[in-house]
Amino acid sequence: MPMTIAEKILAVHAGRDAVHPGELIEARLDFCLANDITAPLAIEAFRRAGATKVFDRGRIALIPDHFVPNKDIASAMQVKRMRDFAREYGIVHYFEVGRMGIEHALLPEQGLALPGDLIIGADSHTCTYGALGAFATGVGSTDLGAAMVTGKAWFRVPPSMKFVFRGERRPWVGGKDLILYVIGKIGVDGARYRAMEFEGEVIRGLPMAHRLTLCNMAIEAGAKAGIIAPDAVTETYVKERAKRDYRVYRSDPDAAYEAVHEWDVSDLEPQVALPHSPENVRSVREVADVAVDQVVIGSCTNGRLEDLREAAGILKGRKVAPNVRCLVIPATQQIYRRAMEEGLIGIFLDAEAAVSTPTCGPCLGGHMGILAKGERAVATTNRNFVGRMGHPESEVYLSGPAVAAASAVAGRIVHPDEL
Amino acid sequence: MKMKGRAWKFGDDIDTDAIIPARYLNTSDPQELAAHCMEDADAAFAGKVQPGDVIVAGKNFGCGSSREHAPIAIKASGVACVVARSFARIFYRNAFNMGLPILECPEAAEKIQDGDEVEIDPAEGVITNHTRNESYRADPIPPFMQELLEAGGLIPYVRRRMEAGGAS
Repeated sequence: MPMTIAEKILAVHAGRDAVHPGELIEARLDFCLANDITAPLAIEAFRRAGATKVFDRGRIALIPDHFVPNKDIASAMQVKRMRDFAREYGIVHYFEVGRMGIEHALLPEQGLALPGDLIIGADSHTCTYGALGAFATGVGSTDLGAAMVTGKAWFRVPPSMKFVFRGERRPWVGGKDLILYVIGKIGVDGARYRAMEFEGEVIRGLPMAHRLTLCNMAIEAGAKAGIIAPDAVTETYVKERAKRDYRVYRSDPDAAYEAVHEWDVSDLEPQVALPHSPENVRSVREVADVAVDQVVIGSCTNGRLEDLREAAGILKGRKVAPNVRCLVIPATQQIYRRAMEEGLIGIFLDAEAAVSTPTCGPCLGGHMGILAKGERAVATTNRNFVGRMGHPESEVYLSGPAVAAASAVAGRIVHPDEL
Repeated sequence: MKMKGRAWKFGDDIDTDAIIPARYLNTSDPQELAAHCMEDADAAFAGKVQPGDVIVAGKNFGCGSSREHAPIAIKASGVACVVARSFARIFYRNAFNMGLPILECPEAAEKIQDGDEVEIDPAEGVITNHTRNESYRADPIPPFMQELLEAGGLIPYVRRRMEAGGAS
């Protein structure tokens, strides 16, 4: 029976020859993760289950990345509960401040998320790992707590939707622009409960950093997973990092899709999502004269080295506009170090941007860049809901790193070519 | 168990940041979370909601974050049930895992107005609107989800299976 890559991965992990969309299955997990917001509740669930050990201490990652370095006593207590649990149960992949990174940048970088894996994470952007050819999806803390006990989770097999990108990318157009374009077309529930499979010559030519960004925001279309079949780019990225075996799956040519969308993106300009929804998408040239108070370049969506390089290319020799605060947040310690070695950090400082240790803080209005009433930000993050970055009467515009950096210089949202 | 109360009506795509803003997620205490429930959608909600009340919303309720704090905040605020045209995937899953009854019912989501007196029988999937003398039938809860609810949520379900020797 022909199957999609999503169905193949789910079938194998359920110990089945085949699965069909709509079926409920129980499946074995290759990896699971939680962060400082979601782990405390998962630990509570784990203890309530009466468990005395985790299913595999090498297949769980606990990553304090949201409110760290601890912003207050309450968040310090949350992280402490997670740290104590990691010690008590010998969790191999606990990443302390100074060694950590934003979870969805860190795990692929460390070779902990791999092709063919079935992964759940107590964070909605766990779908990022689909870029590696894994089936990865976000769950709540209780699911994660149960998974730490059993190494299994239940799933409803999602129907798959195919998104084919043809043509050639213009300058400054990256994974972020492609996914914003898709969400603008299908809406924030356009792929609700579906697996979004991305393919076409544009995807084949897309570097891994962009693929990770693309799959990261599948959840913003309501999807259960975003997924890209492994190819030479995947193989190159993974082979130097993987510390265990992995398997490559691809969709059968005659696999069934609920819908197929095909776009030629040769004319696509950088995209911007206007407040207060990731589906409220326009071409950057259609966003007229929007002054910004803050620019954030970072997050699990666009805090990778390639993103920082793109931003630095624009900020080099320029200054952030006098009325703008520009925050640059390398997503992992390794990215931070490479950015330093390449001279990117110097460029950011010369431009009068603030550079931070890895944190998810500003993306979710946690800390490190909260907006006041009436303030407006352009950010490379993934959500612009009401109050997302601070005051309920503040506004967040989403863009890729090039538009964000150019906007920091101009003091208003602009196309990088306008500088 | 039937529940009866006032309907609090919300629109489409009510996200988890509107249900419980991240600025309050440095705790997982249900009462503290309940004090800020729905704050960025309706700042007056947490102060006025009564036990037994019902949230009625449009499509894609609970979209966004995986934070289980969202169904926890709703449950702890006294809300007995959420009725929506549709739910976002992770929220749907979390609600069942937490034992918060939720029902998909496009007709109820459309016809119930803010402040209506409604009565819900989640087991039967029947929603009665006393204010308008109408009744609506929700989509049935899938059998596996019913099994989870019968066990009392995911953790008792896992526990039961551990005791039966089904899991390592």
